[in-house]
Amino acid sequence: MNIVKKGTWVEVKNIILNPEDRLSQLPKDTKEVPYEMKVKGFLANDANINENATIRTLSGRLIKGELTQLQPEYNHSFGPPVIELLHIGEEEINILNNRQ
Amino acid sequence: MQRRNEIISNSLKVNYEQFQTSPIAFDYEKMMTVLGYNIKEVMKIQKEAQVGNTPLWELKQLTKLIRNISPKGKGARILMKDEAANPSGSFKDRRASLAVYEAKKRGFTGVVAATSGNYGAAVASQAAKQGLKCIVLQEASDSDGIGQPEIIEKARKCESLGAEVVQLSVGPELFYTALATLDETKYFNASLYSPYAIAGVETLGYEIASEVQQQFGKEPAAVCITHAGGGNVTGTARGLRKYGNIQTKIIGVSVDLKGLHMASDQDFNRKSFTTGHTGFSIPFTTNPDRSDVPYNAARPLRYLDQFITVTQGEVFYTTELLAKLEGLERGPAGNTSLAAALVLAQQLDEDEIIVVQETEYTGAGKHPVAQLNFAKKQGINVYKGNPEENKPGSTIVIPEHIQQLRVEEIDLERIRESYLRNKLKNQNINKLNTEDKNFLAKEINRDLNYIESYINRNSSVLS
Repeated sequence: MNIVKKGTWVEVKNIILNPEDRLSQLPKDTKEVPYEMKVKGFLANDANINENATIRTLSGRLIKGELTQLQPEYNHSFGPPVIELLHIGEEEINILNNRQ
Repeated sequence: MQRRNEIISNSLKVNYEQFQTSPIAFDYEKMMTVLGYNIKEVMKIQKEAQVGNTPLWELKQLTKLIRNISPKGKGARILMKDEAANPSGSFKDRRASLAVYEAKKRGFTGVVAATSGNYGAAVASQAAKQGLKCIVLQEASDSDGIGQPEIIEKARKCESLGAEVVQLSVGPELFYTALATLDETKYFNASLYSPYAIAGVETLGYEIASEVQQQFGKEPAAVCITHAGGGNVTGTARGLRKYGNIQTKIIGVSVDLKGLHMASDQDFNRKSFTTGHTGFSIPFTTNPDRSDVPYNAARPLRYLDQFITVTQGEVFYTTELLAKLEGLERGPAGNTSLAAALVLAQQLDEDEIIVVQETEYTGAGKHPVAQLNFAKKQGINVYKGNPEENKPGSTIVIPEHIQQLRVEEIDLERIRESYLRNKLKNQNINKLNTEDKNFLAKEINRDLNYIESYINRNSSVLS
């Protein structure tokens, strides 16, 4: 049941360079890992998740890659309050009003 | 990538060889004028594209606060150019507008930009207006697939403006991927470092100079400019000079990220700032031609009078203060120069003016709350205290009060030496001709004697 329908908004992933092909002057931690690319687009044909697929991107390019995500989410947010920021301004307003 | 120069030349349609005047030197001013646009024409193009003419706000509350803590008679008036009012929310629209206009005029069907910053959204926005396709390449995540909230937000914004976003893992191979994309698509290279991208920023300096003149009848004593790749400093300074401001001090300000390696997969998410930091500003100031064009049009060392750093915690603090005292909620990266201005204003006389020359939009991902939560998740120790305890990659110290804000000077003499060392690495410095020496003198904003003295001091070491 992993068939994804043509036209679905998805993300594909590609390894552009394997570790051994990466630039020699890189720091060790970067040189040890592959160089990867992720692009979103509309699936050009029905495809299976985790298999190769072709997408049409927003610029109209056809790109092949491993189908990794369906309807990929933007999951960045604000998150919980940051207490360290909440009191900023109180003392400064006192200085402004000469209440220090 | 043997075809680097060919691809670069095809994707810009500018023959850079015409500017070379000797083995080391090139004619920078000639390169900046082959565009064929003077500043009035640039303003016209930007007006058509709804870019520029942003408000210049007087930060009255912050000025008053600074005067209350400064010695008597000190505390310059602080002005801020609200560049968040541009179509995509930052001054980068100025850089993108001219590049995309040029792409359209030259018959390209699309544009490519390699940037993890606000420039991507700016190019996407301008491309949308001009009906061109747009591809933005970002260095977006580490090898675990984790990306900083700020970069994810920038990808979202590009996609919402109709651009294709190619997200890459950490590494300088971004440059080659961008070249391969240009080669495949035959799109225009909307490089951050082309003459277009720099000429586009000149209007920002020009607007500041003319507005301050009209409102206050004088030149600003200083303009604080958030400094990364050098385009912001170069373009703003050139615009100020073109208006006729010669006294105004050009102050570059970067977030201090000392000790973090910019090509390191593991360090990638240990910083909270993705731009305006020393990881860009130091290498680009000391070696500007490490870019995606043969000659970088951003040459900050020609213009910098002062180069200072502030800490991540100080910028977050300043961002909160701007919101709470001035009612202006803006993104942290643009507030780097405001953090410095709050300190520098205390040293200037009351009747002087200091200008913070940009703001940027804010929102999920591009906000101190999002960025500090992310930092905490990465194991960074976030606490309130003395910013002197700041250690990039380990701690973010949020100042407890305004008097704790400090700036740190970067020694421009060392930066100049470093520039010359990079430039003359494989050269016999005893054989430099007059053309070369004059060029080097202009590059570092010093006279010919300075260069002669440098050669004398180093001739045995370097030759």
